[in-house]
Amino acid sequence: MHIRAFWRDIRFLQAFAQVAFVLLLALAAGFLYANVSVNLARQGLTVGYDFLNNPASFGIGESYIRYQPSDSYGRAILVGLVNTLVVSALGIVFTTIVGIIAGIARLSSNWLISRLAGAYVGVIRNTPLLIQLMFWYFGIFLQLPAVREAIALPGPIYLTGRGVYLPWYEAMSAFDSWRVYIWLALASIVVIWFIFRAIQNRSRLPVPLWWYLAYLLVPVLILWIGFIIQPEPPLKESIPELAGLNFRGGLRWTPEFAALLFGLVVYTGAFIAEIVRAGIQAVSRGQVEAALSLGLTMGQTLRLIIFPQALRVIIPPMTSQYLNLAKNSSLAIAIGYPDLFSIAATVINQTGAVIEVILIIMLSYLSMSLFTSFLMNIYNGRMRLVER
Amino acid sequence: MHKVTILVIVLALASILLAACAPAATTEPPATAAATTEVPATEPPVTEAPTVEATPTSGGAAETTPVVPPVAGGERLQTIMDRGNVICGVHGTFQGFGFLDTNGAWTGFDVDFCRAWAAALFNDADAVEFRALSAQDRFTALQSGEVDVLSRNSTWTYTRDAELGLTFGPVTFYDGQAIMARKDIVPDASAGLDALEGANVCVQSGTTTELNLADQFRAAGVNYTPVVFEDQNAAFQAYEEGRCDAITSDRSQLATQGQAVLSNFADHVILDVVMSKEPLAPAVAQGDDKWADVVHWVVYGMIQAEELGITSENVDEFLTSEDPVIRRLLGVEGELGSKLGLSNDFIYRAIKLVGNYGEVFERNLASYGLERGQNALWTQGGLMYAIPFR
Repeated sequence: MHIRAFWRDIRFLQAFAQVAFVLLLALAAGFLYANVSVNLARQGLTVGYDFLNNPASFGIGESYIRYQPSDSYGRAILVGLVNTLVVSALGIVFTTIVGIIAGIARLSSNWLISRLAGAYVGVIRNTPLLIQLMFWYFGIFLQLPAVREAIALPGPIYLTGRGVYLPWYEAMSAFDSWRVYIWLALASIVVIWFIFRAIQNRSRLPVPLWWYLAYLLVPVLILWIGFIIQPEPPLKESIPELAGLNFRGGLRWTPEFAALLFGLVVYTGAFIAEIVRAGIQAVSRGQVEAALSLGLTMGQTLRLIIFPQALRVIIPPMTSQYLNLAKNSSLAIAIGYPDLFSIAATVINQTGAVIEVILIIMLSYLSMSLFTSFLMNIYNGRMRLVER
Repeated sequence: MHKVTILVIVLALASILLAACAPAATTEPPATAAATTEVPATEPPVTEAPTVEATPTSGGAAETTPVVPPVAGGERLQTIMDRGNVICGVHGTFQGFGFLDTNGAWTGFDVDFCRAWAAALFNDADAVEFRALSAQDRFTALQSGEVDVLSRNSTWTYTRDAELGLTFGPVTFYDGQAIMARKDIVPDASAGLDALEGANVCVQSGTTTELNLADQFRAAGVNYTPVVFEDQNAAFQAYEEGRCDAITSDRSQLATQGQAVLSNFADHVILDVVMSKEPLAPAVAQGDDKWADVVHWVVYGMIQAEELGITSENVDEFLTSEDPVIRRLLGVEGELGSKLGLSNDFIYRAIKLVGNYGEVFERNLASYGLERGQNALWTQGGLMYAIPFR
C-alpha cells in the first residue's frame, strides 16, 4: 500500500496538533507546579490544610450561621460562603424580576417608558460595577438619616444609615414541632401537581380551572388540622420598632448587604433586560399580530405566545448572567460585606496560607457556578422546543 | 487501513515526544534546586547518604550545606547592586508613613528608610523604585521577590517571622493599637472599652488589628460588631459617615489619617486603652542574610547618628572628629562597610542624603502631632537603641 508523505496528510496534522497541544499544556502545568514547590521549599514554607482547625480569633459582622471568634478558620470560611450564597440567591431572584420588567419596558410603545428603560440599560451597562457599588454604599445607603430620623415607608420599612429594617417573622418555641405540618403542606402541593399531570396525560384535556383551588385548599386544610392539634402559633410577626438608640425586631439588612444586593441586582438587571429584549424580538412579529387578531389581550399574548418561545433564546445567556452575579459578589470586600472572598482574605493574612485558601475560594466559586449551570441546563432542557 | 497507519505513526511520534520530554521534565526541577521536596522522591539514597553518614566524618560541614535551602546569602544583595536600585514595598495612601502626593512624589517615614538604603548602597537617595502594596499582598510580594524590602508599617510578629518566611529588621516605630470614637459616645480618652458596648467598629482587613480587636473585646466581655473594609480609607470614610461608632487601627494611623480624612478631628477622641503592641519594622525575605544585614545596619546607623548628634546638616563637620566611634561609623577609619560588601562610608551617605532617625521622624510625623514617646532614644527614656558599630 502506498503511504503518502504523512506531513502532508491533513488527518495526521490535525492529530499531531492536538497531541502537541496537550503536551505543551502538560509541560506548562508541570513547570508551574515545579516552580511553586521549589520556591516554597526555598523559603521553608509548607502547604497543608491543618490551619483550618485552628481558632480564627477574628469577629465577623454578619452571619447566618452561629459563629464566634473562638471558632475555627474552617467555620469562618463557611460563614463567608453562606453570606455569598445568600446575597447571590437573593440577587438572582431580584435581578430576574428587574431585568424582565426593564426588558419588556424597552419594547413598550410608550415613548417615555421605553426611553427610560433604554437609559437605564445604557448607563448601567457602561460603567464599572465596582464604582456602582461604591456609589450605592457611600452615596446612598450611608447617606440615609440616623436611626432617630429614620425614613419610614409603609410596611413598616425603616431606612437608616445603620441599615434597612423590614418586618419579618420570628420563630416561636412551637416552631420545631410545627415543622412537620409545614413540610406536609409543601409536599401536598407537589403531590397535587403530579396528580393533575397524570390526569391530563390520560384524558389529553386540561383539568378544569376550578380544580386549581386544590393547590390552595389542601395545604390550608393541613395547616388547619395542625392548628387544631397544636393551637400554639409557630411564627410571630416581628415588626421593627425604635427601642433606645436602635431598632428592635424585624429583619435588618446592613448597609453593606443592602448596597451589595442593590448594586448587583441593578447591574445584572441591565444585562438581563437586553437578553429579554433580544429574546422577545426573536419571536416573529406575525405571531404577535396573529395572537392579537384572535382577540388575546397584550398580557395574554406576552404570557401565552411570546414568552414560551422567547425563553428558548433567553435562558442560555441568562445562565451566564446568573454566574456573573454570583462571581461579582466577590467585590463585596470593597464595601465591607463579609462574603467568602473578604473573609478568606483575612484568613490568608492571619495564616499566610495563600495557595491553600485561594484554592478553597476557587473551588467554592467553581462548584457554585457549576451547580447553577446544572440547574439552568435542566430548565433549558425542559423549555427547549421539542423537535420530532 | 490508511487510518490505522496514520494512527500508528501518530502514536509512535507521540511516544517519542513523551520519551524525549519526560526525562527533561523530571530532571529539570531537581537540577535548578537540589534541595526541593522532590529530591527524596526521585533519588532517596543519594540525599540520605550524605546527611546520615557525613555528619560523623570530618567533611560533614561541607556535605550538609546543600540540605539547607540553597539561597546563598548575598544573592539578593548582588541582584540589587547589579540592578542599580532598591525596589521597596510601601503603603502609598498613608500620609506620614508612605504617601504618593499629588505631585507624584513619595513622602513618609517608611519611604525615607527606603531612600536611606538606596543612599547607603548607591550614594543616591533616589535610586529607589517604590511599589504601593495592599495589606494583603505585601508579604506575598516580598516572598515572591517582587520587592527587595518591605517598609510598609508592618507589625513584627512571631507568626509572620516564622510561618511567612520573612526576616524582620530593627523596629523603626513602636506603635500600639488604639481605638477612636465620637465624643458624643465616649466623652473622654480615659474611658475603658466597656463604654463601647454594642458598638459597630470599623476596621481594615488584612491586618493584625482585626485579631487584636476580637481578643481585646472578648477579654473585656464587651459585645461589638466589626465592619471590615479592604481599604483603610474606606474604613475611615464609613466611620465619618456614621456607619460605625468607633474605628480601630494603630495609634499612629488614627492620628495621621484621622487628621487627614475626618472633617472635624476635634469631635473624635482616641482612647488611652492600649490594645496591643505593634512594633513596626522593615522586612526582607528569609535567606537573604547579607541583604538583611544591610537593611538592619543602615537603620541602626541612623539611630546611632541621632545619639551622637550627627545630622544631615552637620555630618561633614564630624568627618574630622577625633572620636573613634564617630570615625568608624562614618567610615573615616576601619572597614565596617566592606565587611558587608559595601562602601565604608555607607552610613555617612544615608545620613548625608536622608538624615538621622530623629530627622526622619520630625520631617514626616511631627506635623501630625505625634510625639516621640516610646520612639525616643534610649538615653531619653525611649526604646530606640542602636547596636554598637565595632
